[in-house]
Amino acid sequence: MISRRSVVGTGLAAAAAARLGPLGVRSASAQTPASLQMFIPAAPGGGWDQTGRAIELAMRGDGIVKELKFEYAPGAGGAVGLPRFLAAKKGQGDALLVAGMVMVGALVANKSPVSMRDITPIARLTGEYEVIVVNEASPLKSMQDLVAMFKADPGKVSWAGGSAGGTDHILAGMIAKAVGVDAKRVSYVAYAGGGPAQAALLGNQVTCGISGLGEFSEQIKAGKLRALAVSSGEPQEGIPTLKAQGVDVELANWRGVFGAPGIGAQKQAVLIALVEKMVQGPTWQAELKKRDWAGIFLAGAEYAKFVDAEIERITGILKDLGLAT
Amino acid sequence: MDTLAQLASGFAVALTPVNLMWCLVGVTVGTAIGVLPGVGPALTIALLLPLTYKVDATSAFILFAGIYYGAMYGGSTTSILMNTPGETATIVTSLEGNKMARRGRAGAALATAAIGSFVAGTIGTIGVTFLAEPVVNFALRFGPAEFFSLMVLAFVTVSAVLGNSAVRGLTSLAVGIFLGLIGIDLQTGQPRFTFGLTELLDGINVVVVAVGLFAVGETLYLACFRQQRPGSGDVMAVADSLWMTREDWARSWKAWLRGALIGFPIGAMPAGGAEVPTFLSYFIEKRLSVKPEEFGHGAIEGVAGPEAANNASTAGVLVPMLALGLPTSATAAIMLSAFQSYGINPGPTLLTQQSSLVWGLIASMYIGNVMLLVLNLPLVGLWVKMLKTPEPLLYAGILVFATIGTYGISQSPVDLVLLYVMGLMGLCMRIFDFPSAPVIIGMILGPLAEQEFRRALQISQGDLLIFLQKPLSLALLLVAAAAVLGPAAWRVARGGREAR
Repeated sequence: MISRRSVVGTGLAAAAAARLGPLGVRSASAQTPASLQMFIPAAPGGGWDQTGRAIELAMRGDGIVKELKFEYAPGAGGAVGLPRFLAAKKGQGDALLVAGMVMVGALVANKSPVSMRDITPIARLTGEYEVIVVNEASPLKSMQDLVAMFKADPGKVSWAGGSAGGTDHILAGMIAKAVGVDAKRVSYVAYAGGGPAQAALLGNQVTCGISGLGEFSEQIKAGKLRALAVSSGEPQEGIPTLKAQGVDVELANWRGVFGAPGIGAQKQAVLIALVEKMVQGPTWQAELKKRDWAGIFLAGAEYAKFVDAEIERITGILKDLGLAT
Repeated sequence: MDTLAQLASGFAVALTPVNLMWCLVGVTVGTAIGVLPGVGPALTIALLLPLTYKVDATSAFILFAGIYYGAMYGGSTTSILMNTPGETATIVTSLEGNKMARRGRAGAALATAAIGSFVAGTIGTIGVTFLAEPVVNFALRFGPAEFFSLMVLAFVTVSAVLGNSAVRGLTSLAVGIFLGLIGIDLQTGQPRFTFGLTELLDGINVVVVAVGLFAVGETLYLACFRQQRPGSGDVMAVADSLWMTREDWARSWKAWLRGALIGFPIGAMPAGGAEVPTFLSYFIEKRLSVKPEEFGHGAIEGVAGPEAANNASTAGVLVPMLALGLPTSATAAIMLSAFQSYGINPGPTLLTQQSSLVWGLIASMYIGNVMLLVLNLPLVGLWVKMLKTPEPLLYAGILVFATIGTYGISQSPVDLVLLYVMGLMGLCMRIFDFPSAPVIIGMILGPLAEQEFRRALQISQGDLLIFLQKPLSLALLLVAAAAVLGPAAWRVARGGREAR
């Protein structure tokens, strides 16, 4: 579907191209787009939109790109938006798709005919680590306690988190696998996002919960929830890692940007250079800090390799959870 | 305690000219988007998020909160005048409200909705001011089992809108539940009844169905049968009194209070929402009304109660948000993400760390409710005049309005197709005398009840007794049973006493 916004965007891009036309063939580096079309395959207000808005703020604040236009195609963790992006933006060097780990899982779980391998990798920008928490009144004091209870009787441990097949569920599956329990036996209680899951934890309705660290960190600081472990490689906010407690799992809910399919190596390089410049600017660094995002920048071919590995890894774990075939 | 002192300092913040202006902008925008079907407060606030880079935090939240509760005021207007609910929470309002309008009592319906919204909004705000802590603690005791039992109770309310034939009403309910189940199942991540359409993966929007069934269905019905119904052109002629009569006041005020008392705590519950309290309020008003026979033909309590309930629930949603940093609705979640762009981490310490913001916000809600009343009451006369528009023009306008609003939800042509499919279904339902309200109730309650049921069983490892072992859950189930069986017993008892 082509929305009015994208028509306007395309028109401007065409106008820009026409202006460049008479000057003859220019080198790729000179064709830095004056404006960018941001494509958010989710509803306004969510994590991808926030990432997109932070990009807008940094790009404009540091004078890298003057104008960014936003287009939204919400639905099913990006499984609705990606096909639209592929069809509508083919070959357009000024289009940027914001996506991340959630889309990897959504495409697999929904048996989508399209793949993230179809889009042009630009850069991984941010990561949010996951945290495993229990209610303050819970007898479980450490990850070892939880693992022991889980191994003794997997059904007795209820895990609250976001929708089935999402980041939280995937981490629960990875933990089960790492401690030698069949991932299908994880008693996962899915809530529509971290908020309602938080309510279940605060009301002591479930054994433990998984969500992004940022989502729970205030409750942890206030002592209402006890953090058992984080899914990062290094301890965060004084919370020990899963690995340090004998569970060999590392996971980040990463978000990044992608270019349209078929834009070629030169246009890809232009977009990478733009994003790299933005990441080094002061505004982006300030945004990372303010929003508690880990700046795990990774660009181009390295990023492509990373995305490939994530697709493999997540497909595997979704199969273990019984959500994919 | 020093609550009053803090509230006073909050008023000092809210009464600055800048914040008054943002409050006014918020409630005005809120009223406008409430009027427009489809575009809701969550979407509007999300689109206004970039504003947080330019405006200071207190002003931004005063604006956002104004949009949120303003939408509840505006939503009732189209429900009453055009049978086109602007928000899911005002669907119930259209049941009696539009019937009142047809009897020429649009003025009274709009007035009771506006004043009821004001009364309940103010009661809710007083609740936020003084009762935040106990209400949150109570709300958090609602786990999946308790919530499922509350849904069972809410399902009983369907009986109030079943119409003349239980079989037809229950058929409508089943259709609604089916529509509600379409999309990805949250607990397993598997798509259900999506027929391979990616656009259906996230389910069908209730507003599209409501607008399709009510507004489009109605329009098509009139287009088909207007000729056969001589004299139907004056169904909306303005009656004798524009304003609320003494009887209207007498029947409204209790309904406002009851609606507020139902809406506020349910709004504070996780996933409580604004719809469930409107159903419950409607049911209770029908049961308690002195003129239950008027229900279905424009009973004023049926407007007053649900309108109060949805406004009080909006205030209720703010309780866990401000007390615990806990979003219990889509709009609250987006407001919380706005906190983050100020580097404020909403949590249990929000009230102590950002007390001037929180109290300024609470104070602005008192002011905003007054503004909404002042804004909406004079509009009543204007709105009523609109009904003098010749019927074909009016209904053509409704059709345009419904189409634009629906397209605004996600700019998806699939939604438009859906709107007109629902419209055709609404037409058939009118012709064959199937009530359309149970469809909406089924669509909202069905998936809620199902998800909570499965969550409860996941936690109890499949033990059904969990619903009886939890005292709150058991109590709710008993109330539901009493609501089903009680009226019969009551009628026998009363019939005996009054010797009718």
